[in-house]
Amino acid sequence: MGKVNYFLTEEQQMIVDLARQIAEEKIVPVRAELDEKEEFPWQIMKDLAQADLFGLYIPEEYGGLGGGCFENCLALEQLAWGCIAVTTTYAASALGGYPILLFGTEEQKSKYLPDIASGKKLAAFGLTEANAGSDAGAIQTTAVEDGDYWVLNGTKQWITNGGEAEIYTIIALTDKHKGPRGASAFIVEKSDPGFSFGKKERKMGLRASATRELVFNDCRIPKDRLLGRRGQGFIIAMKTLDLARPGIGAIGVGLAQAALDEAVKYAKQRIQFGQPIMSFQAIQHMLADMATQIEAARALVYSVARTIDAGEKDIAKLAAMAKLFATDVAMKVTVDAVQILGGYGYMKDYPVEKMMRDAKILQIYEGTNQIQRNVIGQALNKEYTIKK
Amino acid sequence: MRFVVCIKQVPDAASVRFDPEKGTLIREGVDSIINPFDLNAIEAAVQLKEQVGGEVICISMGPPQAEAALRDALALGVDSAVLLSDRAFAGADTLATTRTLAAGIKKLGGADIVFCGKQAIDGDTAQVGPGLAARLGLNYATCVSELEFKAEENILKVKRAWEEGYDILELKLPALLTVLTCINTPRVPSLKGKLKAKKAKIPVWGTNELGLDASLVGLSGSPTQVVTTCVPKFEAKREILEGEVDDQVNALVERLKEVGIL
Repeated sequence: MGKVNYFLTEEQQMIVDLARQIAEEKIVPVRAELDEKEEFPWQIMKDLAQADLFGLYIPEEYGGLGGGCFENCLALEQLAWGCIAVTTTYAASALGGYPILLFGTEEQKSKYLPDIASGKKLAAFGLTEANAGSDAGAIQTTAVEDGDYWVLNGTKQWITNGGEAEIYTIIALTDKHKGPRGASAFIVEKSDPGFSFGKKERKMGLRASATRELVFNDCRIPKDRLLGRRGQGFIIAMKTLDLARPGIGAIGVGLAQAALDEAVKYAKQRIQFGQPIMSFQAIQHMLADMATQIEAARALVYSVARTIDAGEKDIAKLAAMAKLFATDVAMKVTVDAVQILGGYGYMKDYPVEKMMRDAKILQIYEGTNQIQRNVIGQALNKEYTIKK
Repeated sequence: MRFVVCIKQVPDAASVRFDPEKGTLIREGVDSIINPFDLNAIEAAVQLKEQVGGEVICISMGPPQAEAALRDALALGVDSAVLLSDRAFAGADTLATTRTLAAGIKKLGGADIVFCGKQAIDGDTAQVGPGLAARLGLNYATCVSELEFKAEENILKVKRAWEEGYDILELKLPALLTVLTCINTPRVPSLKGKLKAKKAKIPVWGTNELGLDASLVGLSGSPTQVVTTCVPKFEAKREILEGEVDDQVNALVERLKEVGIL
């Protein structure tokens, strides 16, 4: 029925079908209430754990399914079709898990990855601070050696799953004067002494997702919690974000698709001037542009994800493009969906106003779309520099 | 312990349409699903296995495509599955169906507990569960809304729901239960389960394997037959009773007496 053939394997189609089943049966029926009450989606996280979806990207030896970026994107797209607040909760656990997978010692991987893969524990990623958003280098949280411990001091801001996750990957300064090599990554557990949480933030959208400050007050963690080598902190953060960005693109595609589905359904049954508004060119043209942009965004996200899985190392520009384009599409499509539903679109009884409120964050988190453009521009500059 | 779950593949009621001219269901393009009550039966069996150990075997009597339903069941925590399929089984009413299912369960070596859904959403008779219990000589309870297994005493304690409340029954094993949808929330399938299900071997047993006489199963073995299916036409008169509530009540009572209901 007019769908692009992406030649999915049977296993990949299983992931799509399962994630879609969960979206339809478990997410859609509760998304409005979770949004209204700002309620953490624990039951859906349990369902995702039961479905083995937390372990998609984790190797089999740690209890996962050994899938890649593309498998992740397939699941994220279908779950996002349900609700992106729920999907962000699920995806943020991968953001906390990826650094351990990429840079952890064998002991660290064996200790933490199985619980993350089984969904028994959620993870989170802590980089952003009040004075360090796009300017990640301006972080001020410090980690100081003290005998057999590291002692962390500082505050992280706007951390997804803050307070609900049990495993946190934190980027902190270990050598303030070493610039790009001045930070290191650490694994902090919820129960570590000196680690507490701020209040839950009240947000425009993504309200079912828990966003909190992480407060480190002489937080003592054992030496073996250093992730990777001292000074690798910013590299670990960047590599993690590069891998996660196509996933955010996939979330954008799923959200945009959900908005389009609502808009077309509505336009077909809304009668004005004696006919369905679907018969008016103004509506058809809007829907046509929405649908075409979604196909383009999907194709870009899928291509980038597959390129990453094929082993391409130079992925920063591509990941940025996938995130940038698909999230800009999601914002435009959700706004247009509200417009097509008109007055009904503005009412909370209909799902599109939430989709529009939710969409905005996609252009902001995991690197603002301005930062994505910086990354792409700088990559172009490098690529076109003629080497002598 | 061995738990057997009987399931049926049915058309997805949400997408079935009716052809009023022919008086039949339009089945083309309609998805086939596991009968919803049977999903609860599977979940109950798997939960019990997780509690006390053992194996869960799923069986189904159906055409070859019912194998897909059995594979879906395998992805939900069922350990193995068997398809009872033979041209001779087609057209079976519930009597013939229970004969076939009972033969299948006997060939498996019996069960400690047989789980069934209360009824299939296409036939809606709710007869197969009790019929099967009778053939296998099992204690049984239908319309089960809650169950508890008391392992030390080997007793099932269940709530059997009826219109005005529920009974609490205790059944000695072996036993058969038919369950309601309120008894549990079926889990979502797991990816590992789906991958395992894809590779699983599902044996197919026909009249030969089950040692059944073809005249006693399927249409030949069915004392009842579906002759026609039709959509009832509703032609109702409508009258609105005016006045105060007491007047309305009196007028309603008069009407009901007039038509012989009171």
